[in-house]
Amino acid sequence: MKLKNNTNMMGTVKTFALGGVHPEENKLSFNAPIEVLPLPKQAIIPIGQNLGVPSKPIVNRGDQVKVGQLIAEAGGFISANIHSPVSGKVLKIDNVIDSSGYKRPGIVINVVGDKWDESIDRSEEIKEDIELDSQEIIEKIKEKGLVGMGGAAFPTYVKLTPPPGKVADYLLINGVECEPYLTSDHRLMLEKGKEILIGAKILMKALSVDKAIIGIENNKPDAINHISELVKGFEGIKVQALKVQYPQGGEKQLIKAALNREVPSGKLPIEVGCVVQNVGTAYAVYEAVQKNKPLIERVVTVTGKGVKKPSNLLVRIGTPLQDLIDAVEGLPETTGKIINGGPMMGKALASLEIPIVKGSSGVLLMENEESKRKPENPCIRCSKCTYVCPMGLEPFLLVQASKLAMYDMAEKEMVMDCIECGSCQYTCPSSIPLLDYLRLGKTMVGANIRNRNKK
Amino acid sequence: MHGDDSTKKIMYGVVFAMMPAILVSVYYFGLDALRVLLIASVACLFFEWIIQKYLIKGPVTINDGSALVTGILLAFNVPSNLPSWMIIIGALVAIGMAKMSFGGLGKNVFNPALVARVFLLISFPVQMTSWPKPKAIIEGFTDAVTGPTPLGIVKEGLDAGKTMSELTPEIPDYMQTLIGQMGGSLGEVSAIALILGGIYMLIRKIITWHIPISMLLTVVIFSGIFWGVDPEHYADPVFHLLTGGMLLGAIFMATDMVTSPMTRGGQLVFGFGVGLLTILIRMWGAYPEGVSFAILLMNAVVPLINRGFKPKRFGTKPGVEIKTS
Repeated sequence: MKLKNNTNMMGTVKTFALGGVHPEENKLSFNAPIEVLPLPKQAIIPIGQNLGVPSKPIVNRGDQVKVGQLIAEAGGFISANIHSPVSGKVLKIDNVIDSSGYKRPGIVINVVGDKWDESIDRSEEIKEDIELDSQEIIEKIKEKGLVGMGGAAFPTYVKLTPPPGKVADYLLINGVECEPYLTSDHRLMLEKGKEILIGAKILMKALSVDKAIIGIENNKPDAINHISELVKGFEGIKVQALKVQYPQGGEKQLIKAALNREVPSGKLPIEVGCVVQNVGTAYAVYEAVQKNKPLIERVVTVTGKGVKKPSNLLVRIGTPLQDLIDAVEGLPETTGKIINGGPMMGKALASLEIPIVKGSSGVLLMENEESKRKPENPCIRCSKCTYVCPMGLEPFLLVQASKLAMYDMAEKEMVMDCIECGSCQYTCPSSIPLLDYLRLGKTMVGANIRNRNKK
Repeated sequence: MHGDDSTKKIMYGVVFAMMPAILVSVYYFGLDALRVLLIASVACLFFEWIIQKYLIKGPVTINDGSALVTGILLAFNVPSNLPSWMIIIGALVAIGMAKMSFGGLGKNVFNPALVARVFLLISFPVQMTSWPKPKAIIEGFTDAVTGPTPLGIVKEGLDAGKTMSELTPEIPDYMQTLIGQMGGSLGEVSAIALILGGIYMLIRKIITWHIPISMLLTVVIFSGIFWGVDPEHYADPVFHLLTGGMLLGAIFMATDMVTSPMTRGGQLVFGFGVGLLTILIRMWGAYPEGVSFAILLMNAVVPLINRGFKPKRFGTKPGVEIKTS
């Protein structure tokens, strides 16, 4: 497979070769500077925020907590610490509704004032010198509860600890932000570019690699220019402009686009010597390592065609959705669904009480008309889903297998390789909800595989 | 999130792509062409409606455009002087037998319009092979009322022991075949009109180049070899390309999404098979024309082709089996 290349003022613009779609970008909030959202009255902190095992609460009802204080410990290897995003009193440890719509355990804190843990450096000063060594950096990142900020919320330190025998030679910083509407990474690159680059340097040191690439799609020329300018002061880091194509923000697609390396089926990026971290994560790494600040807040895009003031908000973890919606001047009457994330991969949220968690990159207030599913028509075998699948799968076939509960066949046809990007569903002329069935297939096949491995 | 493409848009896109050929057919064959087009389309829509409403008792989807496409393609595949009742039988075969009995849109194995054409050809061989001559627009074109197709002339002539050079004065030249000055079914005569429709569908991404190009290239190479060896007993490749249902088949029939393979590789093989079978039938078969039979035969092996040709999976080497346990 050849890379699609073309040249313009940004140098060589690259992209991945297999599949992909180009939905309307709708980056309504790209011009809105990051604003600090006022503190919530009550913070609701689900303990299952990361991919993997939920954390274990270590505070009790009635405890006083400060901002940045550890309130839940990692529950296993693939797990993360959680720190209090607010100061106040623990109201209860109870089941709370999270973004999945289910009630799951969480810590509810009544906010009193804004009293920070003294160990956190809250000064504006940018600290460039990296004092910690590789092992200390990884420990710090683990201790401060960092997870991937791009949406999957995979514990960051795990990615920095390659399995024995595997060595990384490249760090990729993901500034692609290929989901329509979302702009939080874009704004972060414009406003915290230097911090992100220091974060990248820290990650390079942790991984002992001397090369890093920041991948940015060329619908963000200001970010490309800004970071290209800043990068001159950072040895080993370069900016790679990418042609707009969804789902380029997928790890495997980004690696393919930037380095023409192909992660083998069922394997992790480290297999081809790469570690991918989102720009938001790089920023969080800077804050954790240089400022001793745990992951207690993040930038969230709140947007939608009917939204009066599409915004990028710096939000404390645990802030209920309602507060974010108030900040963009209310829920438009035309809203049909509230989506957690972007329109392609995001899932509808069930309630306005649902809190922002570490992995929330955006809240999309989708217009009523757009949010409605079109009636499903028969598959006309047009193959468009196959052409656009960035993993080279046959979605129509996998969906058929899922519908008929033929999970062995779905597994053989590699359903587990599906990255759930939704390109097939976007392109389907018969409006078949392909992604739903693919997710169903993945869940069932995943369970089969786990059962088999237990024996 | 869904994009804004729809089955309806695709189907009406195909109808739009057929407009040049429709207009040319009406110009060449007059009101008779309009009669055939109307009866075929209305009959197809009617049969789909009545079967969905009273036999299946399910939702009626005649607005999706697929029955209209079948109707127009059926009309394209018959002579313009075919009696109306035969067209109606053809429509019943296309919709009732070839489409609805398999479960409706998307589930049929064979191209409905072609099933109907072959049914009519076998049932009513005389009426299905009496070809009205199109209205003459360039000089030197004989204005007989009906006559054989160029393929028929060549087939009969060669079978009777004549050579190609003896037959050349009897068949239309390239210019005439290109614009459709020859006998034939109503939609197949004008190469230019069909190619225009094909280009439109390529731009709209309704079809891809794989099937038409692989099919036509196979025809050119295969017929070219025989013509190169013995030009007196085999027609030249351009003649094969521009006569009969070759372009209609390559652009509108073999590319039918429902009845063609799902991957690029499979489509290339499919096109190759259609091209090869067409030439085999034209050269050594009982019929002068073989496009419909070739496409239907290849339709039958599409499920096999789909099994054999998988897309290149990301992160695998071609040909490596994935272990399931």
